[in-house]
Amino acid sequence: MQIYLPIAEMSVNVFLILGMGGAIGFLSGLFGVGGGFLMTPLLIFIGVPPAVAVATEANQIVASSVSGVLAHWRRGNVDFKMGSVLLVGGIAGSTFGVGLFSFLRGLGQIDLVISLSYVIFLGIIGALMLVESLRSMRQRKISAGQRRKLHQHTWIHGLPLKMRFRRSKLYISALMPFGVGFLVGVLAAIMGVGGGFIMVPAMIYLLGMPTSIVIGTSLFQIIFVTANVTFLQAYANQTVDVVLALLLLSGAVIGAQFGARAGARLQGEQLRGLLALMVLAVCGKLFFDLLVTPADVYSLGVAH
Amino acid sequence: MAGAAICARGLVCAVACLATLASVKAAQADSLVADLSQRLVAITTGFAGTDVLLFGAVEGEGDVVIVVRGPDRPVTMHRKSRVLGIWANTAQMTFERAPSFYAIATSKPIREIAPDVVRTRHEMGVDALRLELPSAKASPNIAREWRRGLIRNFQDSGLYAKEVGSITFLGNRLFRVELHLPANVPTGAYQAMTYLLKEGRVVSAQTMPLFVSKIGAEAFIFDFATRHAAYYGLIAIAVALMAGWLAHLAFRKG
Repeated sequence: MQIYLPIAEMSVNVFLILGMGGAIGFLSGLFGVGGGFLMTPLLIFIGVPPAVAVATEANQIVASSVSGVLAHWRRGNVDFKMGSVLLVGGIAGSTFGVGLFSFLRGLGQIDLVISLSYVIFLGIIGALMLVESLRSMRQRKISAGQRRKLHQHTWIHGLPLKMRFRRSKLYISALMPFGVGFLVGVLAAIMGVGGGFIMVPAMIYLLGMPTSIVIGTSLFQIIFVTANVTFLQAYANQTVDVVLALLLLSGAVIGAQFGARAGARLQGEQLRGLLALMVLAVCGKLFFDLLVTPADVYSLGVAH
Repeated sequence: MAGAAICARGLVCAVACLATLASVKAAQADSLVADLSQRLVAITTGFAGTDVLLFGAVEGEGDVVIVVRGPDRPVTMHRKSRVLGIWANTAQMTFERAPSFYAIATSKPIREIAPDVVRTRHEMGVDALRLELPSAKASPNIAREWRRGLIRNFQDSGLYAKEVGSITFLGNRLFRVELHLPANVPTGAYQAMTYLLKEGRVVSAQTMPLFVSKIGAEAFIFDFATRHAAYYGLIAIAVALMAGWLAHLAFRKG
């Protein structure tokens, strides 16, 4: 059954889109990630214009983060104070990011920047996760492993504007979460992702937050950042396709439930290793596409 | 069977049109009439491309050329080259006007019917399209490469015909041809031009408008998104928040 997408201006098969939403939803439920970093390249791959894919995916992430954060909130795993500081940075970053997006689109460089951002960030994160999960799998075999120090004091702790975050048991400079939020906001706007895959490691390793409240807090701020991206993309570029977003969403909601159930049966390290491999596969595919000689060196620019 | 019915309708219409035209322009022998099966192509929710039937009648011997073109628009093109091993857009050119859709059908191979001068004047065939770059920006050789790039890209996206369609004659007076409009067809006012050629000269021509337009829910969403972009953005967020909340409720109960 074909359906015409009013903003993307193309006709797609309903079941293909629902299936994609379901498959990515399954993976996001399984690994506890948003899945934007997989969905946006997939949408571009089936022919959705990159600008529409990025903006529409931001809209979809709003919905999936809401259902996620409500579950975490009930369990008390959200640090609202930390989330708010991250959020201020995120709003600033995503506003800057949408402006940058429009500018690069005018120059005809947006596709390249989207691909390069994916290659760089997925490459780094994927490699780190793979190394980490392999190491912890090996450590499990040898011994129970030694405990990490609760806090390591570095130059970061010398920054001004110190704030106390009770829920996270931290006393650090507000500039740190602001900076992390800003960076992830820029990426959310340009890559069409929630940014959880960068935010979560940054919160654990850079800020030193306890793992239990990291996901809930990151989801909390992702809602607002992706809502900001949705609004600005709709306002400045008219690239948000609600019909496409709703279709993806319906599939993703169902897929995520099955994914979460399947995830409960796997070990943490194995899950992380699998996710790392998948992240690296997406990264490798995008990198290969940048290197291989294109079928046609000429291409059409943005429609006027 | 439907085709036959349309043809019969076409014949009736043709006869009627011929009668009126004959009375108005008695001096000039109008020897061509044509019409479209539909004047409006509606892009609705289920739209996946459509066929438009163009039919008509000619008087006496002659060859027919039909050209359908979408509204002219400026088109920006990019050219990639290798930068540090990566393929990136490094050059950009803007054609002041290019048809957003182009299809052509003829009753015989175009080169047998029309000499170069006629093809150029009436832009018959993608090779004859007037696609010009500012001469200050591109030498003729370079301009030709960009031009070929534009045509190739439009052909790959299905908006320019890759091949010249062939017009079917029923007897030696009635003709018909089906034109395919793909799902990604741009909206706007199209022109369907029918030419009658005799001995390499255009002896009669007729232009018909064809409108391609979004209708119903698609049109509403598109218009709302462009005219009230801020409200559209807010509604998109509200819809997402609602959907997320509903999903949470469903998940909790299940």
